[in-house]
Amino acid sequence: MSVSEQSPPVAPVAAPRDRWRTINLVAGLAVIATLGILLSGQSIAQFPARVILLIGLVVLAAGLLRGRAHKFFSGPSAYFATASLLLLIVLAIFATELSPQNPYDLRQLDIMDGRLPPGSTTFDGAMTFHLGTDEQGRDILSGILYGLRVSLSVSIFATLAAMVIGVVVGIYAAWAGGRIESILMRIVDFQLSFPSILVALMLMAAFGRGLDKIVIALIIVQWAYYARTVRGTALSEARKEYIDAARGLGLPAYRIVFGHLLPNCIPPLIVISTVQVANTIVLESSLSFLGVGVPITQPSLGLLIANGYGYMLSGQYWMSMYPGVALLAIVASINMVGDRLRDTLNPRLQK
Amino acid sequence: MSVLDVRDLQTHFFTDAGVVKAVDKVSFSLGEGEVLGLVGESGSGKSVTGFSILRLVDAPGRVVGGQINFRGEDLAHLSDRGMRALRGNRIAMIFQDPMMTLNPVLRIETQMVEAVRAHDRVSHAAARDRAVQALAKVGIPSPEERLAAYPHQFSGGMRQRVAIAIALLNGPDLIVADEPTTALDVTIQSQILAEVQELARETGTALIWITHDLAVVAGLADKISVMYAGRIVESGPTDAVLAGPAHPYTQGLLGSIPGHGRRGERLTQIPGMAPNMARLPVGCAFAPRCTRATDACGAEAPSITDIGPGRALRCYHPTLPAEGVA
Amino acid sequence: MLVFLLRRLTQSVFVLIAMMVVVFFGVFMIGNPVDILISPDAPPAEIEATMARFGFDQPVHIQFLKFVGNALQGDLGRSFVHGESAVSLILSYMPATLELAMLGLIFSVAIGVPLGVYAGYKADRWQGRAIMTGSIFGFSLPNFWVGMLLILIFAVELQWLPSTGRGEAVEVLGLRLSIFTADGFQHMILPALTLALYKASLVTRLARAGTQEALMQDYVKFARAKGLSETRILMVHVLKNIMIPIITVLGLELGSMIAFAVVTETVFAWPGMGKLLIDSILTLDRPVIVAYLMMTVVIFIVINLIVDVVYTLLDPRVRVKGSAA
Repeated sequence: MSVSEQSPPVAPVAAPRDRWRTINLVAGLAVIATLGILLSGQSIAQFPARVILLIGLVVLAAGLLRGRAHKFFSGPSAYFATASLLLLIVLAIFATELSPQNPYDLRQLDIMDGRLPPGSTTFDGAMTFHLGTDEQGRDILSGILYGLRVSLSVSIFATLAAMVIGVVVGIYAAWAGGRIESILMRIVDFQLSFPSILVALMLMAAFGRGLDKIVIALIIVQWAYYARTVRGTALSEARKEYIDAARGLGLPAYRIVFGHLLPNCIPPLIVISTVQVANTIVLESSLSFLGVGVPITQPSLGLLIANGYGYMLSGQYWMSMYPGVALLAIVASINMVGDRLRDTLNPRLQK
Repeated sequence: MSVLDVRDLQTHFFTDAGVVKAVDKVSFSLGEGEVLGLVGESGSGKSVTGFSILRLVDAPGRVVGGQINFRGEDLAHLSDRGMRALRGNRIAMIFQDPMMTLNPVLRIETQMVEAVRAHDRVSHAAARDRAVQALAKVGIPSPEERLAAYPHQFSGGMRQRVAIAIALLNGPDLIVADEPTTALDVTIQSQILAEVQELARETGTALIWITHDLAVVAGLADKISVMYAGRIVESGPTDAVLAGPAHPYTQGLLGSIPGHGRRGERLTQIPGMAPNMARLPVGCAFAPRCTRATDACGAEAPSITDIGPGRALRCYHPTLPAEGVA
Repeated sequence: MLVFLLRRLTQSVFVLIAMMVVVFFGVFMIGNPVDILISPDAPPAEIEATMARFGFDQPVHIQFLKFVGNALQGDLGRSFVHGESAVSLILSYMPATLELAMLGLIFSVAIGVPLGVYAGYKADRWQGRAIMTGSIFGFSLPNFWVGMLLILIFAVELQWLPSTGRGEAVEVLGLRLSIFTADGFQHMILPALTLALYKASLVTRLARAGTQEALMQDYVKFARAKGLSETRILMVHVLKNIMIPIITVLGLELGSMIAFAVVTETVFAWPGMGKLLIDSILTLDRPVIVAYLMMTVVIFIVINLIVDVVYTLLDPRVRVKGSAA
C-alpha cells in the first residue's frame, strides 16, 4: 500500500514511521475537531467539516492497516464488512445531502402522508417513500439516515473521549504506582462490577434526556475499561528492558510515556475501541428505547425503533423494522471489522 | 504369523513451509509377543510412525501411502468406524507424558470403565472389576480405592502405570508405547520397563517401544529399527545390531551411550544437528553429518539392502558384520 | 476456604458502603421529589409540611445518616407512588425477574454450548466459520429489537406464543413463579430467548475457544487411542473441561442479565423489577430506585460468592488445594 504519495511529507527527512505518526495524529485531531463542530450544532462550514471528517477517518484506517492489509482482508467477510461500514459511514456523514427530505423540517411533512407502507408515493406523486412513513408522514429512509448519524457520532465521540480519559488515568496509575494506583484501580473495579446499562441508566435518570448528557453518560460508562486495559499493558511494558534503558539515558518522564509506553498500548486499544463503538451504539439505542436517551428532536436509531414499536403489533412493521435493520447493519459491520482487527493486530498471534 | 506388517508407510505433513515427509517408506513387521524397539532422535519420525499405525496423526499430517497390515487387515484403508473398534481394543497405545494423557477432570474409574465399555457390552460393575484387576496387575496399591481418585492425586510414575493399565484393559494384540518412560525418574523408569516386559511376555502381546535411547531397548526389544529423518536406516535383531552396528548413525548412537566396561573411553558424539525435515537433502539425509560421506551419498539416497539374517541397511559405506567394530 | 470466604465478605461490605454513598448522593440529584408528591401550586405551608414529613428539609448529611441507619434495619424508605415499603415492593417484583434471568441463562447455555463445541470441532470448516459469523450477529442484535421481531413473528404473524405479560403464576416455596405453569412458561419463552441471545453468542465463543484448546490436548488423543467415539470425547472429555470457565463466566453474567432484563421486561411488559425500575425512573420514585440499586448490589455479591464456591466444587484440582489449605 503506497498512501505516502498522496500525502505531502511533513518534513523532507522524516523517517516513514515518524511521518505516519504525524499523519495519524493530524487525522485523529481532525476527526475529533470536526466531530465536535458537527455535534455542537454549529452550522459553520458544515459540508467541508464533513468532508474533512470522512478523509480523516479513512486516513486513520489506512494508517492502521498499513502493511497488514493482506492479513486483514483474508476472507470475503472482511471485504463485505469493510465495504458496508464505509457505505454506512458515508451515508451518515452526508445524510443531509443524501436523504430525500429533511425529516425534522416540519414544513416538509404532511400529516396526510402518515403511516404509509413502503413504496407509497406522496399525494401528488412527487416523492416515493421507499421504506414507508411514520405517523407524522415522515420518510422512514430519511429518518434512518439522520438517525444513523446521531447514533454513530454520539458513540464514536463518546468512545474516543472515554479512551483519552482512560489512557490518561491508566498510564498515570501505572506510572505513579503505590497508593494512587491502588485507589484509582479500586474505583475502576468498583465501576466495572456493575453492568454498563445499569450505570448508564442511573446517570441518564440523574441527568435527564439530551445529546450532550448521553455523551457524558457514555463516557463515564466506558472510561474504566480503557483505564484497566492501559494500566495492564503499561505495567507489562514498563517491566521490559527498553524502558529501563530509556530511564537510564535520563530521558524525561513524558518522553518515556509518550514515546515508548503509549505507542505500545495502542494496538489493544484500537481493537477494544472498535468493538466499544459497536457496544456503545447498542447501549445508546437501548437507553433511547427506554426513553432516557437522545431528545425527541434528534432521534437516534434506537428512538426511531421505539417510536414505531406501538405500531408493530398492528402490522405496520416498517416504522421499527427498517431502523432496526440499519442498526443491525452498522453494529454487525463494526463488530466484524473489529473481529478482523483483533486477528490482525493481536501481537500474541503474530508469529 | 505376524501381528503387524507395515509396508512402505508414508506419512506427510502439509505445512505452509512445504510438505514434510515425516515418515518415508517405512517397513517393519512384528510377530506375536515380539518386541520391536523403534529408535531415533526427536524429529526422526518414530512417534509419527506409532501414531500412523493407530491412524491418530493430527492435521496437517496424513498417511499418504503404504500398507499397515494388522492381522491381515490393511489399517490404512479401514473405515473410521472399523478403526475405532480396533483402537484401545486390539491395538493400544501408551503416551509419552503421563501428566497430560489422563483427563484432569474425570475420575480414574470413569476413564477406565469407558475404555472397557467402548468395546465390550458389559455392565458398569463388570467393567469396573476389570479395571481393578488391571490396576492391580500394574502394581497400583489398593486399586479399589484409587479408582475414585482424580489423576492429579497420583505421581507421574503412578499415572503412567494407570495409562498402562488402561492399555491392557481389553487384552490387546499390540501395544504401541511412545517413549513411555522418558518423562519419569530413572528408578521408576527401570521398574516400569521391567513390568511392561513381564506383562507383554505373560500375555503374548506384541510391543512397539518407541524411544530415543538405545540403552532402554537393549534389554527389552527382540529387534531394533533405527530411524533417521523419516526413514529406517538400519534394522535387525537387537543383539546383532548392538554387537555390530553397520550404519554410521547407529554407531554414533551407540558411541554416545556411557556403558559398562568402557570407563575411560571417550564418548563419541554425532557431529551436527538433526536435519530440517522440510528441506531434506536429495541424497542420504545423514550425509551432512557423516564422516564417511562421499559424492555418491549426496547424489542419491541409498536403498535398502539385506546384510544378514533379518538385517537390513540403508548405507553405501557400512561397517559390515564380517569386519566387526566392537 | 473459610479464610477465603471471610476475605470476600469483608470486601463485599466495603462495596456495599461505597454503593450506599454513591447511590444516595447520585439519586439525590434526580429531580425534586416534592414535585411529584404534591402539586407545585399548593400553598407553601403545605409544601413545607410535606418536605418535613419526608425529611427533605434537613441537611444532606443528616438525611444520609438517617438513610444509612434505616438501611441497616432493612428499611429503604416507602415508595412515593405505590405507598408501600420499597424493599417489599421490589421483593414482590423480584421473583419474576429472577426466573426470567435463570431461564435466559439456561437458554444461553443450551444454545451456546452445542454450537460452540461444534464450531470448535469444525473450526476450519465452513460450519465452524458460519457459526462464528452468526455469533457476531448475536452480539450485534440489540436486545429490544430482537424482542420486537420475536413478537412480530411468533405472536403477531404465527400466533404461537403470547407477546406480553406474565401469564398464570403459582406460589412455589413462597414465591410467585410463572415457570411452573404451562401458560406462564409460554409467556416466558420469548422474553427469555431475547435475554439469552447475547449471552448465547458469548457462550458460543467461549465454548469454541475451549474446545479448540481441549482438542489439542494429549488426553483427547489418548481418549481416541482408547477407541472412544467422537461423540463421547466431545460430550464428556471436552465438555467437562470447558464447562468450568463457562460456568464461571456465566455466573458472573447472571448479574448483567438481571440488569439487561430492564430492556427485555419493557419490551414484553414483563412485570419484573427491571420494569419497576424504569417506571420508577420515569416517575422519579426515589426510594424504589435506591432500593433497587442496593438490592442489586446485594444480589451481585451473593452471585459472585456462589460462583466462587461452585467453581471450587467443579474443578477437582482447585478442590484439593482448597481443602489442604
